[in-house]
Amino acid sequence: MELVCPAGTPSALRTAVDAGADAVYCGFRDETNARNFPGLNFTPQELAQGVAYAHDRGAKVLVAINTFARAGGTNLWHRAVAQAIEARADALILADLGLLAWASRAYPAQRLHLSVQAAAATPPAIRFYAERYGIKRVVLPRVLTVNEIAGIVAEIPCEAEVFAFGGLCVMTEGRCLLSSYATGESPNMNGVCSPAAHVDYRQEGTTLAARLGGFTIDRYSAGQPAAYPTLCKGTFMVDGKANHIFEEPTSLNVLEILPALKAAGVSALKIEGRQRGKAYLAAVVRQFRSALDALEAGRTLPASTLGALTEGGRETTGAYKKTWR
Amino acid sequence: MVDMAPSSSGVPNAAFGIGKGSLPWPIATFMSTLPLAPLEIAGNQVLRTALDCRPGMFSRLDVYSGKLFAIDPVDCPFVFLLEPRVENPSLRVRTSLDGVSWDARISAVMLVLLGLLDGTYDGDALFFTRDLVIEGDTAAVLALRNAIEDAELDPGLLLGAPNLAAPIVSGSIRRAANVMRRLLGAPTSAQVPVGTFP
Repeated sequence: MELVCPAGTPSALRTAVDAGADAVYCGFRDETNARNFPGLNFTPQELAQGVAYAHDRGAKVLVAINTFARAGGTNLWHRAVAQAIEARADALILADLGLLAWASRAYPAQRLHLSVQAAAATPPAIRFYAERYGIKRVVLPRVLTVNEIAGIVAEIPCEAEVFAFGGLCVMTEGRCLLSSYATGESPNMNGVCSPAAHVDYRQEGTTLAARLGGFTIDRYSAGQPAAYPTLCKGTFMVDGKANHIFEEPTSLNVLEILPALKAAGVSALKIEGRQRGKAYLAAVVRQFRSALDALEAGRTLPASTLGALTEGGRETTGAYKKTWR
Repeated sequence: MVDMAPSSSGVPNAAFGIGKGSLPWPIATFMSTLPLAPLEIAGNQVLRTALDCRPGMFSRLDVYSGKLFAIDPVDCPFVFLLEPRVENPSLRVRTSLDGVSWDARISAVMLVLLGLLDGTYDGDALFFTRDLVIEGDTAAVLALRNAIEDAELDPGLLLGAPNLAAPIVSGSIRRAANVMRRLLGAPTSAQVPVGTFP
């Protein structure tokens, strides 16, 4: 299985490649990618340099252009596709139907991957993208069991990539409106859920209050692990009780089920976290590199040492091992 | 801009000794007797050296380069005020944030802040464990964090060591810092794995 790792900056790209990534994914410094955070991402020149660095060391670079193009503003997305190809990107990760159609016509030789933002989770949907636009790989949503993934892989004419570590999104990706509700901006259109400009942390005595778009979405008492300020991980009052109704702050980690994912026919594992630093990248990429090498060699897999890098200090195999359906 | 009084933050500037990895109180007490001017001069020298080596570092901040960042080592009797302007950035040192209108405040113990500067620590992991506190303009903090992450500010580079000697200096400083972090109980698990840096 290919190890696909995040890179929010050129420095992160080099760190990921040096730590053993088979491929690195990144995006431009604008709304064309779904991690459009301040200070993050690549200029076209930085991308070209990053691709050269990766290629020199046998790694690939995948460029995420995976938001949905604005009406009247499609030139920005078309230009991003052209710039990524000019930089010699190995594949483009797209979600927008119109952009997929345009890119597949304008650059028929370019390898295209279907972003998780497209929320394609059934064989007919994935086959449509493969047959119509020639996508070579689909990134599957994080809501499927391993058995469901195996069933899908058996019926699609392209590779399947699944999330392996990091943020755990339980929404129908590309269609989540929670962030829009609170801030007027969304990952689908603007490239950010919980845009940092709408996030506010306040110390209230020993309690940390996290606010998004003016809504207090959680409070953490002294010593309690904090989470990303997303509405899906907020605390809500239901029947008089405060609880996490969408998802609890926790991180996905599939280390213990790598053999099952391989048996299911998964082609690539995606590490989440373009917003994370080099310390995270080096630790996670090294651990997964070591685990995948052990898996290939038939050795015992290493135990996870990544707990402290996780959100809420907790790890989960998420829907991959869900037992409630 | 946020009118800041230390008492309103919950992370009071005078609360030396809070947080994992705090410098021992005799050191903090001793530091409080020292004049700030030499520290400010040294800090500006480090800033100039960093920009000489990484001239584009603050351009990554884009619209946030004009913000005023209060960088607060909570175990030390001083705070840094950074204005990371692309042209003519400035670093000032003050004993407190009384009367200072900052845009964003970043608080942690000194060993953690230094580890963030050279990429030893992952900022998000420190935030999850509450070893790092941010207040004010979150977008500006993210932009600064990402700019510093990308700059690869090795300790040897920051201290102006010659190119050939910089990796040796960096390695020595990192090893010494790791020993101090271990002795003082600083967060260790959010750190980059040993051997990642020279």
